[in-house]
Amino acid sequence: MFPKYDVIVVGAGHAGCEAAVAAANMGSKVLLATMNMNTIAQMSCNPAMGGVAKGQIVREVDALGGYSGIVTDHSMIQFRMLNLSKGPAMWSPRAQSDRMEFAAKWRQMLEAHPNIDFWQEMVRGLIVKDGVCKGVLTGIGLEIASESVVLTNGTFLNGLIHIGEKQFGGGRAGEKAATGITEQLVELGFESGRMKTGTPPRVDGRSLDWDKMETQPGDKNPSKFSFTDTPELTKQIPCHIAFTSTEVHEVLKTGFDRSPMFNGRIRGLGPRYCPSIEDKIERFADKDRHQLFVEPEGRNTCEIYVNGFSSSLPEDVQYKALRKIVGFENAKMFRPGYAIEYDFFPPTQLDISLETRLVKNLFFAGQINGTTGYEEAACQGLMAGINAHMAVNDLEPFILKRSDAYIGVLIDDLVNKGTKEPYRMFTSRAEYRILLRQDNADQRLTPLASAIGMQGMEQRLIRVNEKEQALIDIEKLFKKTSVEPAKLNPFLATVGSKALDQKQKAINLINRPKVGIQDVMANCEALEEALADYSIDVLHSAETKIKYAGYIEKEQEMVDKMNRLESVKLHADFDYQKLPSLSAEAKEKLSTQKPRTIGQASRISGVSPSDISVLLVHVGR
Amino acid sequence: MQTIHQDTIVAIATPQGEGAIGIIRLSGPNAIHLADTYFYGSNLLKAEGNTVHYGKLKDDDGKMLDECLATVFKAPRSYTKEDVVEFACHGSSYILKSVIKLFLTNGARLAEPGEFTMRAYLNGQMDLSQAEAVADLIASNTASQHALAMDQMRGGFSKMIAALREKLIEFASLIELENDFSEEDVEFADRDSLKQLVQKILRTIRELKQSFDYGNAIKEGIPVAIIGKPNVGKSTLLNALLNEDKAIISAIPGTTRDVIEDTIQMEGLLFRFIDTAGIRETEDTIESLGIARSKEQLAKANIVICVSEIQEDHPSIVQEYKALGVSETQHGIIVLNKTDTFHACHAYDVEEATSTLLNRMPVIAMSAKEKTHLGRLQKELVSVVQEKSKPSQTIVSNLRHYEALDNASTSLEKVIIGLDEGISSDFVAMDIRHALQYLGEISGEISTDDLLDSIFSNFCIGK
Repeated sequence: MFPKYDVIVVGAGHAGCEAAVAAANMGSKVLLATMNMNTIAQMSCNPAMGGVAKGQIVREVDALGGYSGIVTDHSMIQFRMLNLSKGPAMWSPRAQSDRMEFAAKWRQMLEAHPNIDFWQEMVRGLIVKDGVCKGVLTGIGLEIASESVVLTNGTFLNGLIHIGEKQFGGGRAGEKAATGITEQLVELGFESGRMKTGTPPRVDGRSLDWDKMETQPGDKNPSKFSFTDTPELTKQIPCHIAFTSTEVHEVLKTGFDRSPMFNGRIRGLGPRYCPSIEDKIERFADKDRHQLFVEPEGRNTCEIYVNGFSSSLPEDVQYKALRKIVGFENAKMFRPGYAIEYDFFPPTQLDISLETRLVKNLFFAGQINGTTGYEEAACQGLMAGINAHMAVNDLEPFILKRSDAYIGVLIDDLVNKGTKEPYRMFTSRAEYRILLRQDNADQRLTPLASAIGMQGMEQRLIRVNEKEQALIDIEKLFKKTSVEPAKLNPFLATVGSKALDQKQKAINLINRPKVGIQDVMANCEALEEALADYSIDVLHSAETKIKYAGYIEKEQEMVDKMNRLESVKLHADFDYQKLPSLSAEAKEKLSTQKPRTIGQASRISGVSPSDISVLLVHVGR
Repeated sequence: MQTIHQDTIVAIATPQGEGAIGIIRLSGPNAIHLADTYFYGSNLLKAEGNTVHYGKLKDDDGKMLDECLATVFKAPRSYTKEDVVEFACHGSSYILKSVIKLFLTNGARLAEPGEFTMRAYLNGQMDLSQAEAVADLIASNTASQHALAMDQMRGGFSKMIAALREKLIEFASLIELENDFSEEDVEFADRDSLKQLVQKILRTIRELKQSFDYGNAIKEGIPVAIIGKPNVGKSTLLNALLNEDKAIISAIPGTTRDVIEDTIQMEGLLFRFIDTAGIRETEDTIESLGIARSKEQLAKANIVICVSEIQEDHPSIVQEYKALGVSETQHGIIVLNKTDTFHACHAYDVEEATSTLLNRMPVIAMSAKEKTHLGRLQKELVSVVQEKSKPSQTIVSNLRHYEALDNASTSLEKVIIGLDEGISSDFVAMDIRHALQYLGEISGEISTDDLLDSIFSNFCIGK
């Protein structure tokens, strides 16, 4: 019934969809297996993509040929560039998506791909022969053969949903959990763990009093995620801001004795940076209000997502508490919030290619690795999809360094340090974030994707080259164009910058703090005319390049210094037990995790700098 | 305990040349066994760690090489954390070489320079800055050098750096909070308090940096320049201090045409004296070269002894002193020389009057030729140095440490500029990270291969 596949992807969430597309665009024949084809690419939690550090990841996924950025651009209803006051490395795109349109667009794009087949059924096991994954086993007993498998099970593996004292199996509200895979993997020698996450209640937008809430509109000139020609966002829908109060907190407290979080029913560890509302009240008792973002779920629905009100308290308590929020007095609830526990596999069991060390040609991506977030899942899916293709074709794995991309940071952190709570990306996790900006993701990564043969990169590479040429041209122009004191001084006075007493090269002005490229352009006709054809994005990139050249250069030096350690290879069969000067913990971690380089070894938790010195001396450096 | 190295190394651990005793050290998994094979007196294999045994060393033919004491250290309680045996032999170089040869022909390998300490480091006995301190300790000749090296070896410096790092990490986290959680409803630290925090850290680093001059002086000898007009008796003074005829002395002005250096230890402090050509206008090209070099030397000195011939007209002495151009950062001492040709009873009055005119700076009337009041000058020199160093103060004496501190403070200064100019926090955070990285280089928390190489090549054989 089935042809022989190169790659079977199990699960069609953000990780699964990207994995399928990546493998297919590399040229593999792919089967995407999902329990329900109507829930492909669901946004299980809030209907938004991007945010601080996450937005950068979406741009990177796009630059590597993934679809998350394109799908978001097609389905977004609001766009904001966050952290604009914080400098270019912190600029983070974030979009509010139409949940249904997002899923529909993904499905449409997947179906448009000739290399992707679909199968709707639960996968309950893997076919493993002699330590190599050979396919999957389905719920009704079908064996589907393949060269490799990517598992992206999300919260479905033995998912257990909690609402107050009620608990029931499920991967999402209203959807069955998946069983069998965890048990088989544990039997094969994998270590599994339990994590927890939660989601807030959804309410009826028609029942809210919007005038009592603060409006949060999208950007006046909305940007986009994809570096390709996706549609411009025109009609934006605002979000709103509401606040809890001591009154709300008092009501919530009446349910604490029935909270699965507090009575020990939930054992999995949840994320500290995304606590439930009951957690916030308990842990920050001195705060008498918490901010809530009231987000629309789409253009054609009145359903509303109450961001910041994640809860697993009994539904009646959730309902009563919601109605104490200003603007929510008459709120009707569509769905209660809930907590969900699920199985994950500590990612230290993975190679940096995301292949498991125990079973060859088996790859993990997304929440199964202990991460949280659509963006984190999507980028792992992309990398696992590429590397499944590479493994099937006996090619070197595609690995991004920490200095290449946030994706590199994420995977390096996961496989070397592991994670105790759901792992989310932060910009502070990236030591070279000055280089890892959203504006240069294409320059950083598209050439790499092109080099490994990702389909559709030729056209993109031409664009990248054009952009780089434009940046050089703009800089030249600023170096040779002079600006007049009379024209510039009124503006300089408004930002408190020293007035010019004679003509100046335009580039010197950009090097001043608080003076931007567009400010100078607006006060210099020659520049305005010459730069009229460049997009705002390119102008911003040029500004960053000129203004922060010193920082960027310094950061690059640091990267080069670090990369020396990255280039010292360690053999997989290296016997760490033979080096008694290594700490016992380092010996054990290095022996099991088998880092590829000394640089990687240095980031394994439990491996100290002195252990690294020992390794360096030992490998003769 | 199994150790990283499978081979056993041996070396003479005491300095080259004849001494009362000479120590040979064996370290490695086979050290005790090897020692026991040739040691007759007690069974070293059964000996407890840290015990001393009397016996005889005999070679393969049973010929006695020496009577000696063997000290047994058992892993990991030894310097290298390996099994170690030290033989205290008679200090004849013939005996020592014979013993070394015996062990070399029976399985031991000659230790490379610094290898004992390298093993100590690799086996986790000490961190990088401690290991470097060992090198200094070995080379220390004076009490203050020794105290400095000991302090570093005990990790006083490492602890201080660790504390600094902690403060910096605290600061960095405040900045990161703003970056990553700008959308959250949390309060951010204001710029002024951030600045205060950095300034506090920077002060500590600067103090450490400043201690480098002093720390380095202790290691190299505190540079003291002797300056003055020609023929006031500078060379005589130097010779009096050094107790030897190093400089050529004559009554012809300009005899000393070059810089002469020597060191002398006083009360556990090492002083490096620089005698210089008299500073005056001259047509003699060779002499003028010497004068140029004198000025250069003068600039490098921590202490400057300004020599004048004693005379009644003390304002002209003051004038003479002022013409020499001693900088404010240097400690000046005025020596009024040739009291042997002066009315002894007036000398004190001139001294007092000169000192009063110069803001109570030290003035000593003496005779270098007769060595009268030479002791006062020596005491003055010692007290200047002791005043600069308070006991228990952490002192930086290693150039690598100094450079790292210097880099760290440059980065932190950029942080302050950034905060002042309103540079965005991602760049401010970058400078903080760099500062952290530089501090990490000191304690070896960031280790690179070249770093290790250069450290270990600075070790002399046998620790």
